[in-house]
Amino acid sequence: MKNNELITQDELQEERLFNSSLGRRSFLQFAGASAAGIALMAAGCKKDRNYGDVSMGATLDFKDDFGVLNYAYALEQLEAAFYVKVASAPPSSFTTAQKAYFQDIQFHEVAHREFFKNALGTAAIGSLEVDFSSIDFTNATSVLGAAMAFEDLGVAAYNGAGVRIKSTDYLVLAGKIVSVEARHAAYIRDIISNGTFADLASLAPLGAVNANGLDGALTPDKVLAIAGKYVKTKINVINL
Amino acid sequence: MNIVNILEEIEKVDGEIYERLSPRRNAMKDFYNIGKKISLAALPLAMGSMFQKAYGQTNPSTVNDVLGFALALEYLEWNYYNKALTLANTTYIPDGPARAAITTIRNHERAHVDLLKGALGITGADGYVYADFDFTAGGGFADVDTNYQTFLKVALAFEDTGVRAYKGQAPILKGNAVLTTALQIHSVEARHAAHLRQMVAANVTGASGLKPWIAYSANGNDTGIAAVDAVYAGEQNTTQAGIQITGINGTSVTQSQAAECFDEFLTGAAVKNIANLFIKAGKKLT
Repeated sequence: MKNNELITQDELQEERLFNSSLGRRSFLQFAGASAAGIALMAAGCKKDRNYGDVSMGATLDFKDDFGVLNYAYALEQLEAAFYVKVASAPPSSFTTAQKAYFQDIQFHEVAHREFFKNALGTAAIGSLEVDFSSIDFTNATSVLGAAMAFEDLGVAAYNGAGVRIKSTDYLVLAGKIVSVEARHAAYIRDIISNGTFADLASLAPLGAVNANGLDGALTPDKVLAIAGKYVKTKINVINL
Repeated sequence: MNIVNILEEIEKVDGEIYERLSPRRNAMKDFYNIGKKISLAALPLAMGSMFQKAYGQTNPSTVNDVLGFALALEYLEWNYYNKALTLANTTYIPDGPARAAITTIRNHERAHVDLLKGALGITGADGYVYADFDFTAGGGFADVDTNYQTFLKVALAFEDTGVRAYKGQAPILKGNAVLTTALQIHSVEARHAAHLRQMVAANVTGASGLKPWIAYSANGNDTGIAAVDAVYAGEQNTTQAGIQITGINGTSVTQSQAAECFDEFLTGAAVKNIANLFIKAGKKLT
């Protein structure tokens, strides 16, 4: 949507939606489409204008399971890129056992990435360009902190996206992956501080509820906002 | 489209379909009223709305079945850890990080029990108490109450079973808000399992190579504890959705890494068989 006037109208529309100042019936007459769809399109247009050319980015269209799978593919690309870099030159203070397990994790994430790539086929988004400038790959504390952030976020992402998956097969596959991400998270947390493998109180910002023994769960928009600092490629989200 | 055929098909999986439909006269009346006006093309939509009325009034029984099943497993786990933490034995769970970790896990299991009881509207006493269990599994783990190594082996079996059990129930909860909660429990169980695997590696004779994730083994069981083979049956799988993960797309992913990077599910029946080894007669899961 390149028409400035349209964008302005959409933005107005968006504001009205949030303010609930416009009756549903008149809104639908005006928009000629579902309220939810238009609100998201409006959000999309706003982003387009603010962040530049949409054609340079990757679009996650959550209208069907391909959107969810591409979302997972994007996150796995990010994780795999991180661990490939770590495993190729681990911090000098890593023990032999830690180096071996980071090799394992690297290949787990690479396998997840390639699995989604193959499963998606022509529907797959392109390769994302990552930005790890905030991570000091020579420093164990920095690397472990980033690894923990990726794994805990990955768990919350899969937990939050599961309910969107329509295909039973893909739901089970996501379940098969998320528990492995949780195992990674627990392992990395225990290296940082033994016994914090399931410190749910510390995971509250990711949606965990310690009192109920629940791990994190976040909707894709929140996950992508957090992951955004590690990705150069612009990720557009529609039909969420 | 023949509605009688459809109803017969449904009857095969839901013997109560006619009961569900006929007592709810509104559902049927609405359907027939609509039926007068709609075209054949719109029939599937109308059918959907009829069934939604028949089934949609309450939480589907299948979801409650899943929650009840999960609750039984959480009772088992909670009673196991809670009892172990009360046993005063200097050679048992050591003070310090070990006892702290088991306490953390015990508390999560209790939280899961309370959460699931609440979801099911159970306000009374627990459905299972310690006396309902036999954590020696008929003598297979005879020293489970005195031997720290045995305690860890059984604990690991419970956690890895728990992960597989929740995963196996996910399809029944598909699209339901309850699914998110179940997944949030599922990944906590996986965190427990990963930590217990490290405790087993550090403390159980001959298990020093055990990884936080389930490595490849010909029969799926990477723990070296033959008594828990059923817990790991199928974990050796390296093919997902028809895609071979070992060496996928020319990468160096090994057979073990391929098995490790996807945890497999267990069917409800398989989980019940495992759980029933630890449940006394009269209280076994059916």
